[in-house]
Amino acid sequence: MTKKIRPYIFSKGVDDTFKGVYDAFAFVALFFKQLFKPPFHFRQVIDQCYEVGIKSLPLITLTGFVTGLVFTKQSRPSLEVFGATSWLPSLISIALVRALGPLVTALICAGKVGSSIGAELGSMKVTEQIDAMEVSAINPFKYLVVTRVIATTLMVSILSFYCSLVGLLGSFVNVHANDTTSFANFFQSGFSDITFLDIFSSVTKSLVFGFTIGIVGCYKGFNATQGTRGVGKAANQAVVTAMFLIFVEEIVIVQVSNWIRFF
Amino acid sequence: MDSIFLNMEKKVHNIDLNEKAISIKGLYKSFGDLHVLKGIDLDVHKGENVVVLGKSGTGKSVLIKILVGLLKPDAGVVQVLGKEVDKLNQKELDALRLHIGFAFQSSALYDSMNVRQNLEFPLTMNFKNLSKAEIKDSVEEVLDAVGLIDKIDQMPSDLSGGQRKRIGIARTLILKPQIMLYDEPTSGLDPITCLEINELINEVQEKYNTSSIIITHDLTCAKETGDRVAMLLDGTFVKTGSFEEVFEDKDERIQSFYNYNFIK
Repeated sequence: MTKKIRPYIFSKGVDDTFKGVYDAFAFVALFFKQLFKPPFHFRQVIDQCYEVGIKSLPLITLTGFVTGLVFTKQSRPSLEVFGATSWLPSLISIALVRALGPLVTALICAGKVGSSIGAELGSMKVTEQIDAMEVSAINPFKYLVVTRVIATTLMVSILSFYCSLVGLLGSFVNVHANDTTSFANFFQSGFSDITFLDIFSSVTKSLVFGFTIGIVGCYKGFNATQGTRGVGKAANQAVVTAMFLIFVEEIVIVQVSNWIRFF
Repeated sequence: MDSIFLNMEKKVHNIDLNEKAISIKGLYKSFGDLHVLKGIDLDVHKGENVVVLGKSGTGKSVLIKILVGLLKPDAGVVQVLGKEVDKLNQKELDALRLHIGFAFQSSALYDSMNVRQNLEFPLTMNFKNLSKAEIKDSVEEVLDAVGLIDKIDQMPSDLSGGQRKRIGIARTLILKPQIMLYDEPTSGLDPITCLEINELINEVQEKYNTSSIIITHDLTCAKETGDRVAMLLDGTFVKTGSFEEVFEDKDERIQSFYNYNFIK
């Protein structure tokens, strides 16, 4: 006696798409279900925070600094026309805190961390290491996925804040070189227009971006098939999907925060 | 039958025919349109080594993955140590899994950990109250059992295929399983290493008194390690018995399998 195979509801492609979406949401739901259930692998979370956070620091520092410096440099001529170069600190700080810091950090981490998670878990999947954990009565989802997603969520937020600060430093270098503005004046002027809502939406964005990078990388890695080719595909899809979702989330969060701002 | 097998020394195991470690009845499993298992029946007694022979892609690995709960059966009853595997909740399944050792075809060693960490991992994750000294003793004991104590600080990538298989078996032994499931234990190994692995399987059976299912298409492995052989063809067991009984059968498919392994 074998189960009768159910025919496709629409077509194979459409059914697979819906199934993929359903599986992805089920994966996210499973994360939240496992998040609050013991055992808690604190040591593994710390190890992953080190992998995600500390190892990304040099790249984030460089990118943040260059972004602040170049953005200031490029904005200066336009503001000079109106004699408004004194607005540069607040313009740059608003841009960095509201958008550039979280977005640049998220895109870098999607490329660096997301692909790494996708490839690592994909490799573990195709070499049966995840199955080996499961048959040793160890919950691989809890040990591998929950720890990594917590780490990316926390570390991308911290890195975003750090990236904004380094970006402001880069901006200060340019402003100081041209206008001899002091460090204190620059930051006082820069932060004068930053509101609680800016910080709140920036932190929210970073948390959402970090979660997205972690969960997408883990999902793609956990579902890798077809041997080493599948590992490469998982790493690639982890980056592409995470970046796409980050842009969608950016637009949604900006819309919502603007709606709150002008309400 | 070729005399090569008649000269092989067969180890006699202490089998308890009154106690079933594994009982499979009417097991079906399909993947889409592909019907892999079509009504499998098999009993494995306590202390018995049963070899499942069959061509690649006939569902041998699927069978043992169902036994350990990695795959769900479509139909049938699968009992391991008296418990119906697909009826267990996650906690019960994990408790059962602690009594089952699964040696993967690819060894499945955690490549980010060295040998010591690979062996410590199942212990530290499942038995939080063990002292460091107890864990160290257990690791050294199983490494000694597989003859690779000198590899304790090496990474899996530094080991040979045979050594990886041994460490994979050691990692399962550290939980002192009652049942061992071997998935192609000799595949990809040279003949001498194959013999060493066969000996290790018999030693494990004797030392830990395990009941085992050995999935293979290697007839030497089947002859050396199996108390009983079950030939899986086209989704069903076409013949079960001693090695000699199975290969004395005139069934063309069984004979072609034999001839494929040892070209006459």
